[in-house]
Amino acid sequence: MPKSAYQPAKASPVARSRAFYTIRLWSVRHSRGLERIYKLLANVFLKLHPFWNFVGYKRAEKPVVFVEKAVKGFLFDCRMCGQCALSDTGMSCPMNCPKSLRNGPCGGVRANGNCEVEPDMPCVWLEAWKGSRNMESGDNILKVQEPVNHSYRGSSSWLRVTAEDAARLKAEKQAALGENGVAP
Amino acid sequence: MNPISHFDAHNAGDPLPPLEGHVSHGRLERILRAGEFAVTAELNPPDSADPTEVYERGAIFDGWVDGINATDGSGANCHMSSVGICALLTRVGYSPIMQISCRDHNRIAIQGNVLGAAAMGVNNILCLTGDGVQAGDQPGAKPVFDLDCMSLLRTVRQMRDDGMFLSGRKITAPPQVFLGAAINPFAPPYDFRPHRLAKKIEAGADFVQSQYCFDLPMLSRYMDQVRDMGLDEKCFILIGVGPLASAKAAKWIRSNVPGIHIPDTIIERLESAENQKMEGKKICIEMLQEIREMPGVSGAHVMAYRQEELVADIVYESGILKGRQPWKREANPGFEAVTEAVETVIEQIDQPIKPQEVVAAVSEEL
Repeated sequence: MPKSAYQPAKASPVARSRAFYTIRLWSVRHSRGLERIYKLLANVFLKLHPFWNFVGYKRAEKPVVFVEKAVKGFLFDCRMCGQCALSDTGMSCPMNCPKSLRNGPCGGVRANGNCEVEPDMPCVWLEAWKGSRNMESGDNILKVQEPVNHSYRGSSSWLRVTAEDAARLKAEKQAALGENGVAP
Repeated sequence: MNPISHFDAHNAGDPLPPLEGHVSHGRLERILRAGEFAVTAELNPPDSADPTEVYERGAIFDGWVDGINATDGSGANCHMSSVGICALLTRVGYSPIMQISCRDHNRIAIQGNVLGAAAMGVNNILCLTGDGVQAGDQPGAKPVFDLDCMSLLRTVRQMRDDGMFLSGRKITAPPQVFLGAAINPFAPPYDFRPHRLAKKIEAGADFVQSQYCFDLPMLSRYMDQVRDMGLDEKCFILIGVGPLASAKAAKWIRSNVPGIHIPDTIIERLESAENQKMEGKKICIEMLQEIREMPGVSGAHVMAYRQEELVADIVYESGILKGRQPWKREANPGFEAVTEAVETVIEQIDQPIKPQEVVAAVSEEL
């Protein structure tokens, strides 16, 4: 190999000890339990739809973001992308991938299962694959994810999902009513 | 006589006529769809603004490969851009495979580049995530990674099949490109890798090129799983190979280049050889011959970084083409438009342009 060949940076500029990832890794190990809690919470939020409507989704945004950021930040090192994919990615946050991959591991995963970019971090997607195997709807990891919408950054994913689900339910209801010949 | 003319007869120099069921006018797609074993190679991009360097590096492969990959800052090192290389190569009738990495461009830039490339006659686009900036010579750069390889595939497919940008805005002449992606069967999590290939196919990959293969048992385990899932029938799989220059180089690559798996047996074999370079070439040829016979594999991607002159020899000695001669340079679709524009320029070069006449001509057209 000639001397002019490139020399990659010797050490990663990001130096963290493995302890930094303890809680994130715990969450992946307990992906099944967290999935159940998430589904339960999502239901509660959906039931509260009239309340959110009454308060106004916009006004509810700030306090909900405060709680969501604290909880998901603690458990998953959440980056508040505003379009949570945790339930599809084995409870391992894909935004922690230095390449922000949302569809699986890149080809650079080290033989020891650590990240190409941050040599001390276990690959986010390796963890995601492990976590998804324990989950009921773990095969969602095989779904092709949309590109990230960067304009959602910092907003509440919980409220967005709730609003979308409520709108979907409403549309379904109207469609059913329409089929029965009753004016919607 | 051209040995491949049995499945496609046309006058040399004419643009390739479109074929039914094909997404591009390119020769790589023709070769693969005809069931031939395709060979592609990687052009080492110059650190220079001199076009002759590109032509010299492309000419090395003349008559031995079906496509030339134009890398997009591979290893996060700065070189001539893949768009630039493709512009030069298509002008003289090569059929490049343009690589797009998500590391350096956001979705706006990428979609623009896809249109530009297709306009220049690029028929093949390889969608990559790209190495992290830490791997290159400028680790302080801002990593973009706006899209990932999967959403990039889907974006270009949408542009091609639906004639729409990501936003839904209409494209008047969609880019007709054969879409490629990369696979790496040699990195963990091994049991997820075939599923990832399935995802890439779902996202729009027509062909895939793999990372360097130095571990045949690992590749055949991967291919078993791929065949079980029926993926080899939905997409063309090209396996990457390359000669190692020496045991020292192999060790260096293993520890410094992300995503390359070189087993100890290969390094031991190189170390015990008298001429390590020749041994590296021999290993590569043996790999190629094994890969040629592996079911589900449609071709090989020969990457001989800084040893590009070996590619022709490797392809020849391995006999993987079985007498078939790859296409040489020929005109690409889109050349007519360029020729016409050049003729108009030559015709009108001495004529002064009066603004009033230009305005009058345009308003008449409307």
